[in-house]
Amino acid sequence: MTATAAAFETSERSAYNQPPKPVQRVVWMDAFFKNLTRFFAFFVFAMLAAILISLVVHSQLTLSKFGFNFLFNAEWDPVTEEFGALVPIYGTLVSSAIAMAIGIPVSFGIALFLTELSPNWLKRPLGTAIEMLAAIPSIIYGMWGLFVFAPLFAEHVQPVLIKTFGALPIFGPLFKGPAMGIGMLTAGIILAIMVIPFITAVMRDVFELVPPLLKESAYGLGATTWEVVWRVVLPYTKIGVVGGVMLGLGRALGETMAVTFVIGNAHRLSTSLLAPGNSIASSLANEFTEAVGDLHSSALIELGLILFLITTIVLALSKLLLLQLSKREGRET
Amino acid sequence: MSEDLQFANPKLKVKDLNFFYGKYQALKDVSMNIPANKVTAFIGPSGCGKSTLLRTFNRLYELYPGQRAEGEIQLDGNDILAKTQDITLLRAKVGMVFQKPTPFPMSIYDNISFGVRLYENLRRGEMDERIEWALTKAALWKEVKDKLNQSGNSLSGGQQQRLCIARGIAIKPEVLLLDEPCSALDPISTSRIEELIDELKTDYTVVIVTHNMQQAARVSDYTAYMYLGELIEFGLTDNIFIKPKRKETEDYITGRFG
Repeated sequence: MTATAAAFETSERSAYNQPPKPVQRVVWMDAFFKNLTRFFAFFVFAMLAAILISLVVHSQLTLSKFGFNFLFNAEWDPVTEEFGALVPIYGTLVSSAIAMAIGIPVSFGIALFLTELSPNWLKRPLGTAIEMLAAIPSIIYGMWGLFVFAPLFAEHVQPVLIKTFGALPIFGPLFKGPAMGIGMLTAGIILAIMVIPFITAVMRDVFELVPPLLKESAYGLGATTWEVVWRVVLPYTKIGVVGGVMLGLGRALGETMAVTFVIGNAHRLSTSLLAPGNSIASSLANEFTEAVGDLHSSALIELGLILFLITTIVLALSKLLLLQLSKREGRET
Repeated sequence: MSEDLQFANPKLKVKDLNFFYGKYQALKDVSMNIPANKVTAFIGPSGCGKSTLLRTFNRLYELYPGQRAEGEIQLDGNDILAKTQDITLLRAKVGMVFQKPTPFPMSIYDNISFGVRLYENLRRGEMDERIEWALTKAALWKEVKDKLNQSGNSLSGGQQQRLCIARGIAIKPEVLLLDEPCSALDPISTSRIEELIDELKTDYTVVIVTHNMQQAARVSDYTAYMYLGELIEFGLTDNIFIKPKRKETEDYITGRFG
């Protein structure tokens, strides 16, 4: 007792009697930290440039040999060394388009249900389920697609599609051919399942950011849930929604393993969505280890470059879309 | 309840209204008649149920599961709490303006046409007229007539709130509910809104919730004092503020409490 009291007293006395020591502040840390963060920020540019340059340099062979024809040539023959990117480009774009056509409305519906309609007790389990779906590795989707989904799809859905849509005048050719299970449509559907959790999670998060008062004032005018979401919530959250869709589209365009499993990997251009095709990412995954000649490797690297450009263009288009949307909504100032 | 409340012309008749947030009872046996074409103010300390009461008049509470109202509210003799009441039609008759301005993320023009389009199919010219009418009524037309295509968010706070009032009256409601409409506004905007409220009562029945007793005294014809979910006193604003009948009301008005 006395010992602690004494210790307390001495410490207090020393604290009062001595002039206060100025705190040692490390001024150079600030400058150092500023430069460090700036370095990291510019590192992003450096990485981007490095990737772009190495892609261009290593695809020099095919770039100079085929030029722009590379984009429009459907041939891909390592034996005769004739390379064209049309089939993988087409496959990438079409499978991603199918994924988006299915994924966006479904994600919107799920996000809408989760934020506006779902009873409280269901919100958390459903939200968690969606996050878990996003965490499944893509190879599992690929395996599931190949071993479970494709056979069922070939047996029960594709024959129906061929019989009904295949007979239509304009859309008919899209749904012709044998029901094999694997193919462009299957890849698109698997991709849709893979992107839905991403798009849904983003949409739900941004929908929840809408001020309750804003929604209440729309409901207060007598708007229905649909009118509130379509006319108020969606415009209010458009940047986030487009961002979520872009996230999903980015994943769909670049997805490799799952697509490789189910797309069929045939370098053939076919009008039918049921026929096997190929995408850029799955071509790369399939052929890189087996690429023998320099020209073959160069062609594959150029495919990579094209994929890079496609995603860049998609990103640019989304910015343009947002610009257009805000113009329609009226100027802010 | 006092004699002056047997108004000749009640617009809303509330009878034994009880309101629950889950198990918590927020309104207890509230009964009152709200007169047509007058301004009625609800005052009382925070949490006394005045906003809750207001939100039963357009059944806005139904957006949230677990909130329910029991009792009867008649609008021109029809029970609006009845299950058969079309909620959209109810909200067309009973418009609402909120604590903060809430312009929709669209142009000034569309902010107003949005609500009108829910109920009426107007040709472009008719819509233009309606929008000019509503904006004029809300004392905003002169300020925005040259920039109807601009975003509603580009306006100042006071202008945004008048835009919300214009949006509310554009669908030609019969009752206008104002939930602390000036709480986010500066004094000049507040006085403009108060002038507006005074003009609006010629066409509408106005019910306003306010924290500001001076505001209630300035704008309202009738005042209801609420405390802990009960309607303590309701009468002519002059009577409530000058010679309240109940001790609790007097304490609140004179600032001894709350």
